[in-house]
Formats: sequence, C-alpha cells, structure tokens
Amino acid sequence: MLDHILSILIFFPALAGVLGFVVNKNSIRSYGVAVATIEFVLALWLWFVFDANASGMQFMEQIALVPTFGINYIVGVDGISLFIIILAAFFTMIGIASLGETKDIKNMIITLLFLQMTMVGVFAALDAIVFYLFWELSLVPMLYIIGAWGGPLRIYASVKFFLYTFAGSLVMLVGMLFMAYFYYQATGEWSFALLDWYRLILPESFQLWLFAAFFMGFAIKVPMFPFHTWLPYAHGQAPTIGSVILAAILLKMGTYAFIRFSLPLFPDASVYFMYPIAVLAIIMIIYTAMVAYAQKDIKQVVAYSSVSHMGVIILGTFALNVEGITGSIFLMIAHGVVSGALFFLVGVIYDRRHTKYMSEFGGLASVMPRYATIFGVMLMASVGLPLTINFVGEFLSLLGFYKQSHILTLLAGTAIIVGAIYMLAAYKKMFFGVVTKEENRNLPDVNKRELLALIPLTIITIWLGIYPKPLLGPINTSVEAVVSLMHEKALSEEAKQRIPSVSKDMALLTKPKGEEAH
Amino acid sequence: MLSPVNISIESLNLITLVPMLIPIIGALLIIVIDLFKSEQDRSLYVMLSLLILGVDFVALMDSAGVFVSNGTVMGVFDVMLIDGLAILSQFIVVGASMLFIPLALTHKRFHEFTYPEFFALFLFMIAGFQFMVATDNLILIFVGLETASLALYTLIAMHNRDKSFEAAVKYFTMGALAAGFFSFGSMVFYALTGSVEINQIAAVLEANNYADIGFVLVGVVFLLASFGFKLSMVPFHTWTPDVYEGSSAALAGYMSIVPKIAAFVVAMRIFEFLIHSGVVWLEVILYASVVITMTMANVWALVQTDVKRMLAYSSISHAGFVMAAILIGTTQSNSALFLYWVLFSFTNLGSFSMLWISRQKNLPAHQQSDHSYNKFAGMIKTAPVAATIMALFMLSLAGLPPFGLFWGKMYMISSAVTGGYTVLALIMALNSAIAGYYYLKLIVYMFMKDPIVENGGHVYSANATLSLKTIIGIAAIGTIFAFVAVNQLLEFITAFVYNSGY
Repeated sequence: MLDHILSILIFFPALAGVLGFVVNKNSIRSYGVAVATIEFVLALWLWFVFDANASGMQFMEQIALVPTFGINYIVGVDGISLFIIILAAFFTMIGIASLGETKDIKNMIITLLFLQMTMVGVFAALDAIVFYLFWELSLVPMLYIIGAWGGPLRIYASVKFFLYTFAGSLVMLVGMLFMAYFYYQATGEWSFALLDWYRLILPESFQLWLFAAFFMGFAIKVPMFPFHTWLPYAHGQAPTIGSVILAAILLKMGTYAFIRFSLPLFPDASVYFMYPIAVLAIIMIIYTAMVAYAQKDIKQVVAYSSVSHMGVIILGTFALNVEGITGSIFLMIAHGVVSGALFFLVGVIYDRRHTKYMSEFGGLASVMPRYATIFGVMLMASVGLPLTINFVGEFLSLLGFYKQSHILTLLAGTAIIVGAIYMLAAYKKMFFGVVTKEENRNLPDVNKRELLALIPLTIITIWLGIYPKPLLGPINTSVEAVVSLMHEKALSEEAKQRIPSVSKDMALLTKPKGEEAH
Repeated sequence: MLSPVNISIESLNLITLVPMLIPIIGALLIIVIDLFKSEQDRSLYVMLSLLILGVDFVALMDSAGVFVSNGTVMGVFDVMLIDGLAILSQFIVVGASMLFIPLALTHKRFHEFTYPEFFALFLFMIAGFQFMVATDNLILIFVGLETASLALYTLIAMHNRDKSFEAAVKYFTMGALAAGFFSFGSMVFYALTGSVEINQIAAVLEANNYADIGFVLVGVVFLLASFGFKLSMVPFHTWTPDVYEGSSAALAGYMSIVPKIAAFVVAMRIFEFLIHSGVVWLEVILYASVVITMTMANVWALVQTDVKRMLAYSSISHAGFVMAAILIGTTQSNSALFLYWVLFSFTNLGSFSMLWISRQKNLPAHQQSDHSYNKFAGMIKTAPVAATIMALFMLSLAGLPPFGLFWGKMYMISSAVTGGYTVLALIMALNSAIAGYYYLKLIVYMFMKDPIVENGGHVYSANATLSLKTIIGIAAIGTIFAFVAVNQLLEFITAFVYNSGY
C-alpha cells in the first residue's frame, strides 16, 4: 500500500465523491466528514512514513499514459510538497466538519471532495501534463462553489475567476509544450516528466521566454500585482468554505509552482527577473495593504491582507537561497492556516448577522469573548507577531532576501509593520468600545461545530510558532537540493553568484535513499 | 479505327471500390424494400442502415490491413487512391455516421425519418464522401463532393420547417457557388499542367519550377474559396449558423463533423505540396484565414443567445483551429488533425445530441428559439444527470483536461510549436481561452441560475429514447475516458499519416 499511497490520497476523495451521489441527503454531512477524516489520517500517515533526511522524491509512482508523446502519470512527494498536501487534507476535513447550514449540501460536499482530489493531485504531480490536468480541473469545482453558493455578484465573480486563470494557464501550456520540444531536440525523445526536464540546461534567451510563459500561469494564480483583480471579487462573493479553501490551498498552487518549475528549470532567468519580481512583490505588499485599510467590509480586509502576505512569499521564493525558499514554503503553510482561520472567523460573524460591514459591529469583545480571543490570536499571527506561525516564515523569507538586497528588504519589512495598522484598526472597530447596535447585544458566542475548526487552527498557529522544527527540517533538506541544482545549472557568472552553492551533492537527481556512495 | 482497349480486370483492382459500393448497394436495397412494401416503420431503416454501415466499417478495417502490409493501393485506372489519409478519414466518416443514424429514433415523431428516401440519401451521401477522400483526381473529388452535397441539401430540407427550407436553399446556393469555384480552380490547374491528378500537377509544377506563379495563385485562390465554403472558413461562413439553426440538431452536429473531415483531407492533398513548394503568398493567405476564422468565430459566438447558434460558431472556430494543421504541414500536425477530429466527433456529436433530446415539437411562448440559453437555466435542479453530461461536453469543447478534446488541442498546439509557428501557437492558446467564456456561459445558466419557468425537467429529455441515450452515453464515455485511448489512437494515426507521405 505504501507504494501507492499518493495515488490513494489523490483518488480516494474522488471515488468517495462519486459514491456520495448514492448517499442520502440527511447523512451526507457525516459521510463527508468520515471521508475527509480518513483522507487526513492517510496524509498524516504519509508524514509518518516520510523519510525526513532524504531530499529527493519519495513514494514515486509511474504509469504510462501517452508514452508516444512522453506523457506519463508520475507522482511523488518531497519536503516541499508534503506539508501542503497535509494542509489540503486538513482544511477539507475541518471545512466539511464546520460547514454551517447550506442549501444543496449534498452537491457542496461532493464538490469539495472532487476539489480535494485536484488539490492533492497538483502538489503530487511530477509530470507537467498531469500537473496541468489537475491545475485546470481545480477550477471547475471552485467555479461551482462560488457560482452556486456565492453572494449577489457570484456569477460575475466566478466567471472572472475561471477565465483569468484559464487564460494564464493556456499560455503556460504553450510554455510546457515548448519545454518538451526542447527536450525532444536534445535527447530525441518526448518527455513531460519534471525530473527529466531538471537535467536540461537551456540557453539563457530560451529561459527568459519560457520563464515568461510559465510566469503568466503562476502569477495569475498567486495572484501577483497587477493580475490580482479577480481575487477580491472571488473572495467577496464566495461562501465561507470557498474563501477558506481558496486562500488556504488554491493560491498556494501558484507559489508552489514557482518553486517546482520556474526556479530549477530556469535558474538564469530567475536571477534575471529577480529584481523586477521583487519590486512587483513589494508593490503588492504595500499597495494591497493600503487598499485593505480603505475597506469597509471585514472580508475584503482579510482578502487584501491575504494578497499582501502572498507578496512576502514571492519575495522569499525569489531570494533564490535556502533561507528564503525554506521561509517562503513555511510561510505558505502559515498563511494557509492563518488566512484560512480568518476567513472562518469572518464566516462565523456573517452567519449570525448576515453582514460583513465593520460599521455594523463594535464592542463584540464583551458579547462574544471566546470569538474575540480567537480572532485576536489569529490577527496577531497575521501581522507576524513573534511566537506565532507567520513570524517564522516572514522572518526567514526576509532574511533570505536581505542577502540579495538590503534596501528592498527594508522596504518590505516596513510595509509589513505598516500592514499591522489596518488589521489592528479593523479589530478595534469590531471588538472594542461599547456595543452600539441593538442586534449585537445578544449574539451567541462561537458554538461547538465552529470550535471544531477554530481550536485546532489556533493550536497549530501557536505550536508551530514556538517550535517550527518538525516542518522546517524536511523542507530545508529538499530546498537545499533545489538550490544546489540551480547553482549547478546556472550558466552566467552573475547567476552563479546570486544562487549560493550548497555543500551537498545534487541529491535531487539521485535515487531517494540508500544509494549515496560515500 | 480505334484499337480495342485491352486491360486485365486484375489491373483495375476493383477491390478498392468495395467500401464505397457497400453504402450504395445498401441505399438501393432500402429503395427496393420501399418499392415492395411501403409504409414500413423507421426503426427498420435505421437498423438496416446501421448494419450496412457496420459492414462498411469492417470493409474499411480490411483495407486498413492491406495498407499496413502493402502500403498505398491504386485502382480503377489509378483514379482511386487508398492511402492512410483515405482510410483514416473514411473511418471517421463511417464511424460518425453510425453514431448519427440511431438519433433518428426519437420519442417525438419527426416526419423526415418516416421516408425511406431519407436513409437512402443518407447512404448515398456517405458513398460520396468516401469517394471524395479516396482519390487524388480532381474530377472524382468533384463528383464525390456534389453527390454528397446534393444529398445533404435534401436531408436538411426534409426537416420541413420554414427555417429548414430557408437553410436548404441557402446551403444549396452557397454550395453551388463553391462548386463553381472548385471547377474553376481545377480548370486553371489543368490548363497549367495538363492533368487533373494532384500528384501529376505537383510534379509538373515542380519540373517547371512554378514558372506561372500568377496562374497558380489564381487557381489556389479559387480552390481555397471553394474549401472555405465547405469548411465554413471566415469570410465564407455566413451560411453556417442559419443552416445549423434550420436543420435538426442531430443533423447539424453531423454536418459539423463529416463533411468537414472530407474537405480537410482534400485540402490537405492539394495544399500540402503547395505549402512545401515555398509559395510565400499561399502561406500568408492560409495563415490569415486560419487566424481570422478562429478569432472572429469566437467573437461572434460570444454574443449568441441561442445554444445551437453558439455551437455553430464554435464549430467554425474549431474548423479554423484544425485548418492550422494544413498550414503547418508536418507529419505531427497532420496526425494532430485526425486525432483532434476523432475526439471532436465524440464531443460535438454528444453536445448536439443533448440539444436534440431536448427538442420540443412546438415553441412555448416564453422561448424565442428552440434552444435559447434561458431554456437551460437551472437545469441542475430539475435534470441533474443531463446537466452534468452537457457540462462535460462543454468543458471538453473548451479544452479542459482530461476530457477528450484537450488531448487534440494539446497535440495541435504542440505541432505548431514544433513546426516553428510560435505566434500561431499562442494565438491558438488564447483563442481557447476566449472560447472558454461561451462554453462557460451555458454552464453558468445550467448550474447557477434558477429555472425561468418551472418545467419539472421533462423538457430536457422530451425526445429521449433508449437509442438516443445510448448514443449520448457512448459520446460521454468517449469524452471522459479519451486519455486511455489517446496513445493507441496516436500511434495508429501517426503510422497511417506518415506512411502516406504527409
């Protein structure tokens, strides 16, 4: 079973989704929770059997799909993808468990299970076409979730979300086809396997074009400034569960793909584009923070702050050294936990008052003390207070980029501090002072079902903030392999300097374990 | 005094005619049956046609076997040319026809299917298409084309609505013009080279090094215009939406597949050598028409309010997309054309069949056309299975993996990349993104809106019978599980295309 654990992780929820059509409407919620729990346990088991000292791919599987054209179903997991897969399983589980009263709940749960398949698939795929397949397929369930359960502008928001991402991905597909063609020219064989591509050293001019093509796909997904306009609509209109999954997992696909594809495939181009992208990331951090300050709607505040923090992830990724990339991967998980939790919290208050305007609230701390406490913890985590999960990631990301440029890092650091202002201001508006609206006086505090989601998230936030090593260890090992691969492959002198060498073998290309000669 | 003609019957290789003769004999059989005992039920004719097509399919498999072992076969004074292209396209023609003919067994009675002539004409039409693709003689191509087209005009008109007559007449007029263009183009080439066989024309033009390039271009323009009409390339596409709207949904789906593959094969035979001869102008003309067809058809499809018209424009756009293969002109691109078209047949026939089973006999007052978007609003609530299948076909048409058409699209774009047409590859990709919008629009109506009029869902399957459902099931399975078959299909197609020298 261990040989196929990844395939089981990918296809178990889909199979359960198909069988779910038969399950009675009244029992579907328990069915969904049961399936998602099994999936989460499987994911935890994957972590348990995962060898934290090996930097290469583990649990690889390969099945021929279109061998004439070099397309194979290849999956595998390393320290980079492991925790995002677990995060995806975790969020689907608590998402389904804490699902409030929803119309057509059966459709919702089946959709969520299909969505889970695509999410795990994206992070496990090691063949470009299989990756593309899950990447595109993930749009459909999300389109349906936003479009069918969303707010008044839901159709506009969902179609915008779909088309934006779809257009970007098609450009990326052309890039992938080019990449396969270069591989064909170099070796005489077609291959879309990522590990094969890693061995290919491309001339710099090709790298630049291909980097740009892949960038279109990834940047829209992240979303990077100026491609971010679809996100506030999607978040604004999506139901709580949609926002949570979108912020926690789907956005990570873009940043993950940068690390999986762009950096190791195009090291010279990554160095070439490092400053432009860093500038975009900083604009993204500052600009969206300012926009967030101007919002009246608490969900939009959380949405824009989420975009703002994605900027830090990008910055860490394009530090191109071990600290930066490790930090950005850790921050992906941290951001998933924290912004996922914040969207949950917004959902809690929306369920009670059916409004998201901050002016409608005030003094909630006295009415809903438990709610205010959890919100407070998450808010502190979001602004990057030490001893919370976000701090570790942000610190490492900025540390990494500090080695490339002091000024830009200082700018980004200041921007993050400024970013704390709007969050605290929002918190003050909602929770402090006296209760001004009569309707707020008797709001019930968070109930059991909601605590089911919020308590674990709070524990993770603090636990990993204090002791991040269980995650940082495996991540670091795999990132070292990526960085040393980039260093080896880099052509220009500048790139060799920018990407530091790691005194380790090219472990990514060797077989997982037991084969080291020394 | 003429000397007596002396040829052995073996040298004629009459076996090459068998796949075409089977539907002709079948058609005659149907007419004879009607002669002896008329007023038979349509199910007899449907099943009979299906059987005849089945036999035809087996005969094709035989000739495919011959091709694999002996290579290209010529016959009947070298007029017949049974090469890989001929066999592949006949497979598509006959296969798609087999999927189409059971659609006649609808729940509601449409009177065209009660005539045995409908089925006889249908089989004659198939024979026409088969002749068209299995020759490189311009005269036989013309004869095949006209046989098929005249039969098709009649089939459309038999649907017997005002719009059907309009459609048939429109199609007929346009088709006559196209036929005129075709004969003019052929005439120019005959005048230049003294031959009506494409390979002879190519050889002669090659020998004199394209001395009369002006005349060659005149001939090319005429031929291109004629194929433009048949393939509904912009700006010769104006008839398409009206004709599709006027004919029954099933026949419209059929028209978007079978006549086009026949025309593609002929276009491939004619334009391939011209492209490779380095006539720059031809490349420019083709490039422009491919890009314009793809893009403009997409833009028009965006603004349609009727699903059938949207699908009409979408199939124009798909035709433009596939025409790129002829422009690129490599083995990979030509294989991509066939791969694309096989997968497209399943998906497109499936989506038109979905319209066909929702066809009402009379238009209700709140509906402006047979298949307006509004009709499908909120379909997921009343007919969830049908809505899901329809959405599946739309996603496949949009090129979402892993559904059928994605593989065709990917391979086609890849062939553009490999052939050095980078900009074209990008245009093709972006066009797929534009197209995403109008396919999505139907999904939005079905899944995210509320029903306009409460209908209980029976509207969407008003016309359904077991045979229709079976066809839709086959199309859906072909669309979902395409990834299993793509590899074998690709190997098979590539071998056939490569061994035919394309």
